Amino acid sequence: MLEIRDLNVEVEGKEILHDINLTIGTGETHALFGPNGGGKTTLLMAIMGFPRYRVIKGQIIFNGKDITKSSLDERARLGIGMSFQRPPVVRGVKTRDMVAACVESRGPKDDSAIDELAKRLNMGELMDREINYGFSGGEIKRSELLQLLAQEPELVLLDEPESGVDLVNMSLIGEMINELLQKDLKRRRTRSCLIITHTGHILDYVHASKGYVLLDGTIPCERAALEVLDSIKENGYEGCVKCLCQTD
Amino acid sequence: MSMPDRLTATKKRKELAEKALDKKAALGADIDVAAYSSSVDERPYQEKPEQINREEKEQMLGVGVTLDDLSQRGGTFVQMDNSVVHSSSSQDGVEVMGISQAQEKYDWLEDYWWRAVSVDADKFTAHVELEQNNGYFIRTLPGVKTVYPVQSCLYLAHSNLAQKVHNIIIAEEDSELHIITGCATHPMQASGLHLGVSEFYIKRGARVTFTMIHNWAPEIAVRPRSAAIIEENGIFLSNFVCMKPVRTLQMYPAANCIGNNSVVRFSSVLVAPPGSHLDIGSRVLLNGKGSRAEIISRAITTGGDIIARGYIAGSAPDVKGHLECRGLILSEEQGGIIHAIPELKGELAGVDLSHEAAVGKIAEEEVEYLMARGLTRDEATAAIVRGFLQVDIEGLPPQLATELKQAVETSEKELF
Repeated sequence: MLEIRDLNVEVEGKEILHDINLTIGTGETHALFGPNGGGKTTLLMAIMGFPRYRVIKGQIIFNGKDITKSSLDERARLGIGMSFQRPPVVRGVKTRDMVAACVESRGPKDDSAIDELAKRLNMGELMDREINYGFSGGEIKRSELLQLLAQEPELVLLDEPESGVDLVNMSLIGEMINELLQKDLKRRRTRSCLIITHTGHILDYVHASKGYVLLDGTIPCERAALEVLDSIKENGYEGCVKCLCQTD
Repeated sequence: MSMPDRLTATKKRKELAEKALDKKAALGADIDVAAYSSSVDERPYQEKPEQINREEKEQMLGVGVTLDDLSQRGGTFVQMDNSVVHSSSSQDGVEVMGISQAQEKYDWLEDYWWRAVSVDADKFTAHVELEQNNGYFIRTLPGVKTVYPVQSCLYLAHSNLAQKVHNIIIAEEDSELHIITGCATHPMQASGLHLGVSEFYIKRGARVTFTMIHNWAPEIAVRPRSAAIIEENGIFLSNFVCMKPVRTLQMYPAANCIGNNSVVRFSSVLVAPPGSHLDIGSRVLLNGKGSRAEIISRAITTGGDIIARGYIAGSAPDVKGHLECRGLILSEEQGGIIHAIPELKGELAGVDLSHEAAVGKIAEEEVEYLMARGLTRDEATAAIVRGFLQVDIEGLPPQLATELKQAVETSEKELF
């Protein structure tokens, strides 16, 4: 579904990512680990197509189509969706308006479906609040996931979905992600996901097959997600990279 | 006031007005009132306002005044140029009529004349006193609550006319009055001047919501002069929408909360297209113990200039006031200015006054956030502007809130 070839990305003239290669098949979930400032968010923003994250070399292929030069909104309409770690407050725009925009981006608007979705996820009280204004960490994550559930993207990019979420809400977040990724369909699922996780806690709820460490703007190797996580816990990021890469 | 006293007061008022005829206003560009015509043909009175011609009715509909079906209105007043074309009330205890008719009916109306606004505030108030052409009188009797809003329209059709009106609104004790008022011009109107004095008297325990929509034209000059006096436990909610071009509009309505626990809230939605100059503010004097004020304005320039003022003075114990002014400069090519001037004055320990003001362009981060959900750049910008203009107005009856929303949405579409 997603193929990244030799991708180099710069932000405000400074190269952050170097020669990234990554392939995510249909229905697969991959996890991206790494220290702060390593370039994880930059990679997600570049895949999503934010103009500030400029591709200077390489290609992004989505469903066989080269989208390297496609605009942000084109990519969203093609089926890429992202949950932001710290989304902006948009005064006057209600959560309901955002969810409606997500639904509209894939077809005619259906108000009752939005309300049903919000009700089912116990998010009725967030719907008439200004988006992200005064939201707690958990509310931000739930609102982001609700928008993605409405948008139904084929490729889901999740930027630290567990940060700022308390333990009680963690399982709810996990359930929402599993629903988003059609986990009930097992091998027949069509949605793919790239998930950034700092702590790995979300992997207690969401199954990821592959894992990567993004260190200093590069991805030295790939392994099973839990294997990478264990190695990080044992050896730290740099130790993990050394250890796993040596076994290649 | 006895009859001789009233006559003396009238004489004194006229003298004050005479002296102020050349007095420039403290704010706003000066206007030569003499350059506008004062005389215009009388328009016939219409017993049934639906008989007003379709083109003009549509202009009035654009400012929330509906004349084809009065079933959802507690009363209707229409003034076209200088003629009262229709006035009626459809609820007992709600009075709606031309101010001249009210002067004939009630001797005591003189006691309210220029009590809230000074007759010699500037040349515009003076001209209204000396050359007044009607205006409206709306009153709810004690304890009466309007089921449907009263509507009024001041309409300018004759080219180069100076329309000088004096309006008086009285909500007697424990009454509730909702008014929607629209100012509009004939589609072919070339130029004109509107001078409107409005005095509001909100008695003990009364509640008034006043929603005013202005749809002028690019060559119209407008100088409203309004003030409200709010007694104990009285509530005054004033909403103002001006999103169409107007050459120059300057107003600084004032609310004097003289009663304990009185409440006032001003909300304004302003858009200045190229060539428009708006100098608009709201002023509140919190003189009653425990009185409260809120002033909220949203200003957008697409090339015109906006001065957004706000002033709250607290001079009684336990008063609370908040002022919020936000401005958006929408077009880099067309330019435009937003100048926010929020002012707070506390005269006593224990007053609680605050303000926040922000002027800028739409944040790129917000646009991109919406684009990441599949909206195009233009759609994202429109959604942000729509949200920006969405002032949640408390206390409006649902029907009025819907109509106000529609009026804002209709004008929004013209922004892009």
